[in-house]
Amino acid sequence: MIRGLPEEEFFASGHRACAGCGAPIAIRHILKAAGKNTIVVQATGCMEVVSSPYPQTAWEIPWIHAAFETAASTASGVWRALKMQGRENINVVAFGGDGATYDIGFGAISGAFERGENFLYVCNENGAYMNTGIQRSSATPFGASATTTPAGKKIPGKREFKKPVPFIMAAHGAPYVATATVADPNDIFNKAKKGLETKGPCYLEVFSPCPTGWHSDSAKSIEIARLAVETRIYPLFEIINGRVKITRDVPEPKPVEEYLKTQGRFKHLGSEDIKTIQQRVNETWEKLKKMEESGCKY
Amino acid sequence: MTEMVVEASMALALGAKLCRPKVIPMYPITPQTHIVERLADFINNGEMEAEMIHVESEHSALAAFIGSEAAGVRTYTATSSQGLALMYEILPIVSGNRMPGVMSVANRALSAPINIWNDHSDAVSARDQGWIQLFVESTQEAIDTTIQLYKICENHEVLLPGMVCIDGFTLSHVCERAIVPEQEAVDEFLPEYKPKIMLDPEKPVSIGPIAFPDSFMEFKKQQQEAMEKALPLIGKVHDEFAKKFGRSYGNGLLEQYRMDDAEYALIGMGTLTGTARVAVDEMRKEGKKVGLIKLKSLRPFPKEELIKATEKLQGLAVIDRHFSLGFEGPLYTDTRSALYGKGIRIKNFIAGLGGRDIDIKRLKKALNDTINGKEGGWLL
Repeated sequence: MIRGLPEEEFFASGHRACAGCGAPIAIRHILKAAGKNTIVVQATGCMEVVSSPYPQTAWEIPWIHAAFETAASTASGVWRALKMQGRENINVVAFGGDGATYDIGFGAISGAFERGENFLYVCNENGAYMNTGIQRSSATPFGASATTTPAGKKIPGKREFKKPVPFIMAAHGAPYVATATVADPNDIFNKAKKGLETKGPCYLEVFSPCPTGWHSDSAKSIEIARLAVETRIYPLFEIINGRVKITRDVPEPKPVEEYLKTQGRFKHLGSEDIKTIQQRVNETWEKLKKMEESGCKY
Repeated sequence: MTEMVVEASMALALGAKLCRPKVIPMYPITPQTHIVERLADFINNGEMEAEMIHVESEHSALAAFIGSEAAGVRTYTATSSQGLALMYEILPIVSGNRMPGVMSVANRALSAPINIWNDHSDAVSARDQGWIQLFVESTQEAIDTTIQLYKICENHEVLLPGMVCIDGFTLSHVCERAIVPEQEAVDEFLPEYKPKIMLDPEKPVSIGPIAFPDSFMEFKKQQQEAMEKALPLIGKVHDEFAKKFGRSYGNGLLEQYRMDDAEYALIGMGTLTGTARVAVDEMRKEGKKVGLIKLKSLRPFPKEELIKATEKLQGLAVIDRHFSLGFEGPLYTDTRSALYGKGIRIKNFIAGLGGRDIDIKRLKKALNDTINGKEGGWLL
């Protein structure tokens, strides 16, 4: 229990997520922000599997799952129905992993955001298709070994950088976009609250360690998420009506190596690749800073 | 009631409007477009209270359909061909989650080669996905069937989605005389949708869970039981409609034409049965005892009704507007299975693929070949 946050839980314990999984932490605190008067639409993925083994359910609020790529489209249907029924006071929250969000469901999310549907889309970003066994997604970080981008003798893991989805959602004209990590539940709570209080399609991404996929210590998930912020690997920001605001400044960042060495998926990386990652992190941060300082709108 | 000469797509849109769906997720595809364009006119002109969701794909149309039905409102959509194919993943999710909405399918060939004209390959190849599928012959039947189908699908003993299948272009773009029922009469016949379960924070439910091998089969068996309950209900709702509105289509499951003393008959679905009536009339004049069975309900399949309708027959020509590549026409497979051991000569004729004309000549050939004991084949 975290001081200052509501005590009531809407995501019950006893679900089947792995030890150290970040996603249930994100869900718990987002639902605390959303409260009882909420409908959840879930994409296929780990969280659907671990939370709904028939006839059990971890969801203490209404919940629906259709398919892998449909969280945003099904949420659109839910929202429009609520509108027609005069039940607009109900929050609609869509949950998807990065496979569902960055890849297979991307068209549906783009469509829903373009139409201005009224829901909060939450992406649990752990950088691979964890439910099917750690395959590469377009959110998998450069260099990481995934089961479809293994660290081979010829090709040492994924060679591409991740897709900048939060910025793409902002470019849709989303009134509220934010990033958070499971290391700071208060931040998740506050950002979810803002997203829910803002009318229109809002996007919240929660960086969320997956010990099974990252080959990391399940006791250290929170530490690793914190390190991702402290190394600037995962910058925390909001984009409100197109304006970028860094919500957690990192004036003296730790070297990315400190983060990379906590996870088996990076253990094969040579100094060149680590240099490349550090360089990219520096560039991204600079870009973000410039956007914030210039105040220019997305 | 209003009598008018109307394009079938407009009539379908009017039929859908009379059912008062509150949400219409839709994505345009030829030849379904006129249906959704008319609905957009109704909504934008303030003649209809509904939300249209202009989704970015048919896949999302059906996914939104689930969300809206689950939230407890009557939902409508329409598609065709590749659109239905893109929806394929979601078809069994709608039925498996027991969402009882209605979709019009303007039947069109599946690519490739790309072809926008009519055949039944889109809907027929989706027949195993738990949707009630009713094929119609005329504009009037399209309106009337849409109204009936909501009532069938939403029955709490059924709770299955349904498709009204109309032939693309050969029906969807044809103008015919039709009677549009009064809203008040439709409201009496089809009251407001009362969902059995819905997404409601006061009474939380989880819809769409994962079912392991120890429970999955029970879910599927329940869907089949719902189909079995739908079969007599289709007839019952049809009769109720006939009584109230004065129009009927056989027994709602299949329709017989000049079958009383027929020795040979055609069986087919959709608009080809209109042409078949004329073929039958001509052959009757030639002194041949022939008739027609118009199959309306492909799923659930009216096995007993078909056995009864064919008990005096010596031969049956099955006209398939689709082909199961590597085997035979699917309607032929179903018909032969239903009539197994009945001693009727059954022949399969493939016709009308990709908009190829099905004329009187071809249908007479199918009947004559069956009478003469020849093999079936492709009516090119």
